[in-house]
Amino acid sequence: MAPVLAVEDLTVTLTQPGGPVPVLERLSFSVEAGRTIALVGESGCGKSMTALAIMGLLPEGFARADGRIRLAGEDIAAARPARLRALRGSALSMIFQEPMTALNPVYTVGDQIAEALRLHQRLGRRAALERALAMLRAVQIPAAERRLHAYPHELSGGMRQRVMIAMALACRPKLLIADEPTTALDVTVQAQVFDLLKVLQDEMGTAIVLITHDLGAVADIADSVAVLYAGSCIEQGDTQSVMRAPQHPYTRGLMACTPHLRLGAAADAGSESLREIPGLVPPLGRRPAICAFADRCGRADATCLDKPQPALAESGPARAVACWHPETRAA
Amino acid sequence: MTSNAASAPTGADLLQVNDLKVHFPVPGGGRVHAVDGVSFVVRRGASFGIVGESGSGKSTTAQGIMRLVPATAGQVVLRGADILGLRGDKLRQARRHIQMVFQDPFASLDPRRCAGDLVAEPLRLLEGLSRRQAAARLDALFAAVGLPAEARSLFPHQFSGGQRQRLCIARALATEPDIIVCDEAVSALDVAIQAQILNLLAKLQAERGLAYIFISHDLGVVQHLCDEVAVMYLGRIVEQAPTRTFFSAPRHPYSWSLISAAVPAGPARDALKARYLVRGEPPSPIDPPAGCRFAGRCPFAIERCRAEDPALLATGPGHYVACHRIGEIAAPDFDRAQAA
Repeated sequence: MAPVLAVEDLTVTLTQPGGPVPVLERLSFSVEAGRTIALVGESGCGKSMTALAIMGLLPEGFARADGRIRLAGEDIAAARPARLRALRGSALSMIFQEPMTALNPVYTVGDQIAEALRLHQRLGRRAALERALAMLRAVQIPAAERRLHAYPHELSGGMRQRVMIAMALACRPKLLIADEPTTALDVTVQAQVFDLLKVLQDEMGTAIVLITHDLGAVADIADSVAVLYAGSCIEQGDTQSVMRAPQHPYTRGLMACTPHLRLGAAADAGSESLREIPGLVPPLGRRPAICAFADRCGRADATCLDKPQPALAESGPARAVACWHPETRAA
Repeated sequence: MTSNAASAPTGADLLQVNDLKVHFPVPGGGRVHAVDGVSFVVRRGASFGIVGESGSGKSTTAQGIMRLVPATAGQVVLRGADILGLRGDKLRQARRHIQMVFQDPFASLDPRRCAGDLVAEPLRLLEGLSRRQAAARLDALFAAVGLPAEARSLFPHQFSGGQRQRLCIARALATEPDIIVCDEAVSALDVAIQAQILNLLAKLQAERGLAYIFISHDLGVVQHLCDEVAVMYLGRIVEQAPTRTFFSAPRHPYSWSLISAAVPAGPARDALKARYLVRGEPPSPIDPPAGCRFAGRCPFAIERCRAEDPALLATGPGHYVACHRIGEIAAPDFDRAQAA
């Protein structure tokens, strides 16, 4: 099956007085209809920048220097602004972390959902509102008729995120980018939002790019995962296989530094100190020519400090890793 | 180390919260019962975790204890004195012993003041030290939280998020408190940085006999750091237990729901979620209904739950539960969920 989204060798740079500074470096990944890929990594690794590049919403000063972004075969990175406007909200849409800042406080949620339908599908006001109501029901908002005329401030955080999902999916997009969609929500609500996304995805065949730092969410919803570090993809593969046996020391570190819930009889064991990844992600403009993770890596040796940044290379069935000394054991 | 904590043995009662209530009037009538009769004891050198959804009152409990919001009723007893009744100099004295770290380190540091001034401020305000006297203590404080001494002259924007939180911790440590209230202190940090800060908090506790009230929505973090856990729902504690007891045999349906939502993905989780994960969101804390506050979302609620408010009763050593149906409903099989 041809992928809905194929990002190929995407390089994004930031213009600085001393010359362009790389932000994303030769990033490649793809996702098929009805499937979900998770982009994970710490802040500053380029997750959100990747999302903005796909949406054609790179902030001023940032530009695509190389690579292609194919949406159903069409290179949207090279598309003209008018074409992008036609795609955004219809074939391509996005939900953001903080629904309160992404919703317009002076329009009712019904009007905001209807806007995309009127614009892209040329529906009249009444027909668009009817479809908006159907979407509110689809995202399981109780008393949807009443909520159609509510303003964002009248809704709880979980409800607002459901409204965002309703807006994003109203035109049945081929691709949905979800940037930390549940980070601002309570755990019980998080679980409900993920369930909802899965149900709607099954029904519409939407491909999802999930951006998250939460490995629990990855295990929960993503079919495949791409781990980003300092603007490059350093590990990629099928979620189960990556989680079972992460090959890159950074992926391994991310998994080890999250406290895992121990339940039932296992709760009796005392807790040990958490594994840490020392140090910080190198800031923009200060990425080394060698492996960018080398100075935080417990496995780094002379090779890592000497050779250039390793390229992402196949490391097993549907697996790839960018490391001179990948791990081979299970986690 | 001349820590205050050294003066009494670890494990003795340090802070007592008795029937704390924080109510806010709502324009147009009614009252928000943000915290509605919360009692617990924090022991010296121990970590007391408070979990719950937003709106459960966990942050307001912290703010009530710190007197950042006025308490409507209740007592907060620290070193034999009810700090809710203190004023002026006595209150300043008491504040030396209890300090706070907030969720967003950027918002809690004055952007126009350098790191050294920020950390020295409590020494000058609460201990009356001169600028020079306070400065003499800074090196040790910066070292304790893993910041280089040169960082003293930097401004908050020049630090990373994790370093800013270290700065907030250094400031909280300055007066050598007995207890630090951490309100979602690691929630805004990346996982790798979160682990660094959690390890720092554990190290400081071991070195100084510090106690923590640790407020978090992340059960994994609370299990990792805390000795005791209290679950809040709509302004009340609905279950409280030693950490091991809580995660091996929780008894309140709301605790089951919170845990089910946090279990790693897999078939066992799906089964748990189907039976125990509550749907919807907490109701408004404005004039909460009679009866159990969780009844509206509880899959096991019966008539009695809607009519009669359940008391928080002891069900085992240090284990308290507020539920009419305790023992009547089969608890989730968390052993199976763990094995999966």
